[in-house]
Amino acid sequence: MSGQFAYISGVGQSQIGMRLERSPLLLTLDAVNEALSEAGLDISQIDGVSTYPGRSAGMLGFSPIGADELIDALGIKARWYSGGMEISSQLGAVVEAAAAVRSGMARHVICYRTVYEAAALARPDEYPMQRRDRVDNYSQWLAPFGAISAVTWTAQYAMRHVKKYGLTREQLAQIALTDRANAALNPRALVQESLTMDEYLGARMISSPLCLYDCDRFSDASTVIIVSAGDALDEVVCQPVRIAATAGSVDRLSWDQAEWMACYATGRALWEQTDYTVDDVDTVQLYDGFSFQALAWLEGLGFCGVGEGGNFIEGGKRIALDGELPLNTFGGQIGAGRLHGFGFAHEAVTQLRGNGGARQIKAQPTVAVATSGGGPLATALLLTRD
Amino acid sequence: MVHRALPRLDRDNRAFWTSGESGELVLHRCQSCASYVHPPRPVCRTCLSENVVPEAVAGTGEVYSFTVNYQKWHPKMEVPFVIARIQLDGVDGVLLTSNVVGCDPESVDIGDRVAVEFEQHEDVFVPVFRRVAS
Ligand SMILES: [Zn+2]
Repeated sequence: MSGQFAYISGVGQSQIGMRLERSPLLLTLDAVNEALSEAGLDISQIDGVSTYPGRSAGMLGFSPIGADELIDALGIKARWYSGGMEISSQLGAVVEAAAAVRSGMARHVICYRTVYEAAALARPDEYPMQRRDRVDNYSQWLAPFGAISAVTWTAQYAMRHVKKYGLTREQLAQIALTDRANAALNPRALVQESLTMDEYLGARMISSPLCLYDCDRFSDASTVIIVSAGDALDEVVCQPVRIAATAGSVDRLSWDQAEWMACYATGRALWEQTDYTVDDVDTVQLYDGFSFQALAWLEGLGFCGVGEGGNFIEGGKRIALDGELPLNTFGGQIGAGRLHGFGFAHEAVTQLRGNGGARQIKAQPTVAVATSGGGPLATALLLTRD
Repeated sequence: MVHRALPRLDRDNRAFWTSGESGELVLHRCQSCASYVHPPRPVCRTCLSENVVPEAVAGTGEVYSFTVNYQKWHPKMEVPFVIARIQLDGVDGVLLTSNVVGCDPESVDIGDRVAVEFEQHEDVFVPVFRRVAS
């Protein structure tokens, strides 16, 4: 059976910081080395590389290292590689790698996401932004109206929930409060201080109904997930985690034409690929670039009905580390830093292996869901420890 | 708001961004199945007809959703202001992101009735919306 599936072997992560001096290539190397070490693999055994979104020349901090550059820089003998933005969001790079190892195009694929947004913003002389005199593509339908940040796009979906379903600030706060409580137990997390309800309710609005603490923070970091073929697991020393199912979708590549964010279609599609059900899931690691996205993922994946997310997380007990469905146990992007999607898969694997340290879920989880995106693009992974 | 990033005009989008010169809001529409095609492209995503042309729409509608933006994303940006998705009368399947102008930002709500007006910036006529009595 193992031959039919793709597995996650090593996972690795660099330090997570703001305005780091260490170069993004070396942060990527740190994460690669940690993942190789966990898997017991040597770089010479890596024959594939996969990333999202590839090198972003116009905005280097967003994605400074392309797949082909990493292959060249680390001397990887790649038989297969992929790096690009036109896939179903960040963890789509892991889905592509899984397809590659299942079809025999590669045996061990380094999947990575390196971000350098805090450093690039602070040192534009080193990481210059490409200046554009005019906007085009889908930016043209948003930016002329001052809707230049994803928070203003996400906020309008959140506002529908506030007005249609009665989502309250106290309910939504539970995502940030849970993230920050968990981040305080994660030595690598960017933010180490927990957050109180009073602090949340007193925070300044960024784009209503989303306040400062509903937003993740630019950070500098790299995260690596090694995807290995089922028939290559004898080369791996760590507990393999099976990629039991994947789903990804785009309907309208747009933050305004779609009535529902893509997490709803992707959440439904995930369960069509597997015999597992939501009742089998022990922990969820859900994209939270903005808190509302995690709430929408809970609804989209079917943990509760559409519009019921606010009630589902009310009080925070259910999604707490010792609750029935621990959420974002590493702190999510709101607590751990904007790792951009890969942090969720990294943490799911960490928890399934029992390597969470102070933040390890007490009853050893065996089934986890990790997601990325959720706006116009979405990816969901079902990960199991067999 | 004051400062607006402007679209680069091209073959597909020029009608949308310049029709305000004559005071009309236009959207691409399929002449075969009557669906609106937005963003504007030369094929209908509903029936694949290539008979898609710009057509004037009513220019009135209601607020489908909104946010009040408080963050100064740009030094020249004046905050707060309202970003809204507008459901235009008679136009199914299109939600237009725009601004609701000329009112207290905090007073805007889903369902508010609005009408289009245009702000000219260089060669671009940006459609924004003002509240009207329902
Ligand atoms: Zn048509």
